[in-house]
Amino acid sequence: MMPAAGAGAAPSAIRGEIYSFTRVMEAPAAFAGQAPYYLALVRLEDGALITAQLTDIDGKVCIGDPVEMVTRKLTTDGERGMIVYGYKFRPPVR
Amino acid sequence: MSEVCIIGLGMTRVGEHWARSIVELAEEAASLALEDAGRSAVDALILGNAYGGVYNQQTQLGALVAAQLRLHGVEAFTCEAGEAAGGVALRAGYLAVKSGAVQSALVIGVEKATDIVGAARVGARAASLDAEYEALQGASLTAMAGILMRRYMHEYGRALEDFAGFSVNAHRNGTKNPLAMYRNRLREGAFAKAPMLAEPVSLFDSAPDADGAAAVLLAASEHADDSARRPVEIRGSAAASDTLALQDRANPLHLKSAAKSTAAALKQAGIARDALDLLELHDAYTILTALSLEAMGFSAAGQGSAWAADGGERIALRGALPISTFGGLKSRGNPSGAAGIYQAAEAALQLRGAAGGNQVPNARTALIQSIGGLGATTVTHILSASA
Repeated sequence: MMPAAGAGAAPSAIRGEIYSFTRVMEAPAAFAGQAPYYLALVRLEDGALITAQLTDIDGKVCIGDPVEMVTRKLTTDGERGMIVYGYKFRPPVR
Repeated sequence: MSEVCIIGLGMTRVGEHWARSIVELAEEAASLALEDAGRSAVDALILGNAYGGVYNQQTQLGALVAAQLRLHGVEAFTCEAGEAAGGVALRAGYLAVKSGAVQSALVIGVEKATDIVGAARVGARAASLDAEYEALQGASLTAMAGILMRRYMHEYGRALEDFAGFSVNAHRNGTKNPLAMYRNRLREGAFAKAPMLAEPVSLFDSAPDADGAAAVLLAASEHADDSARRPVEIRGSAAASDTLALQDRANPLHLKSAAKSTAAALKQAGIARDALDLLELHDAYTILTALSLEAMGFSAAGQGSAWAADGGERIALRGALPISTFGGLKSRGNPSGAAGIYQAAEAALQLRGAAGGNQVPNARTALIQSIGGLGATTVTHILSASA
């Protein structure tokens, strides 16, 4: 059972658990410099699934692991290197 | 209403055609198909292509190829649905002939992947994912297949080795196909040790990007009788869609579009699933084959991978349900937008009894299935040998 939305101090929708994941070795051009990296489908506490990279990973990653959303640089765009920011997920920081 | 028949077919070798352009590949396949049918004119040219806009900076391939074939002024256009482009082109040709709007349609699938290489090509193929919610996060087609496969293994307690038989079977059949890209055998033990592309999807689990073109000439049955070869009838044709992003599906392990288009095509054909003699599936990744077999009703959820057991002997040419009879995308190669037309041409050879060393004994009815992305589009056709 997922906890009810809105409980606790942090907005519930930014926490979730890993539904499934992969470790990308052969990356698209815009992400080639970051490979290998983890890409996951995260089941948010409100039940929605979201596709995002995992970051700040030290040890083993498992389906069911809790994660929380953070803002990170995703890639750079174009010749002038405009930074594209977005969301990634990391193990919860205590 | 008249029936729609395949009266001619042609295919190029699948592989790396460094020295040839996308137009030349399409021209070769189309010329072979016209020659096979003993025809020189068509009412329409419909072309399937997935990535020409990015791989080759070329759109309007329909008109371009028509001019190359000197079919001046003929109706000609391109259909796109990611890697189901071949399937939707066949469907468009079928509808055009079935409606009576045209009497014949030349359907060509073509892809020239080797104009770009490496990470650039991986990025280009990611265009058939959801750009904002998947590709912008660093996803590739292979990565999303990896996510599906790991979830499947977790949910149903399957190991990587359980999928090996799909690739072993494809390569076993591909060794006999002179047009196949990789004609080597694959040892079952080598499968799980292959280099990873996106865990758990490995090199031996994923079909290779390739150049190639295939063509079929469709004609209304009353105009098919005078053709050079025995016509093959298209008895069922159906397409269905689903969300591009896996995250938007209630159950990512259920290929809804495959279930829906299969049921509709079988119903139209009036054929029971068990009466099918062979399947050509979109085996770009082994997980897609397992999920397709489940969506089509050949297995319960979680049991699709069981068809790969024992080196895939149940799906071999003389098995209970032959799959990938010319090597499938895995061994014949994956010329993305052309894959669906290779399936049609290969199935037609089976039903003509002209498949040589790849022949399925007594093949009367075949199902071919073309998938775009990870099931955002599925096109299913059922072909039968004419009486």
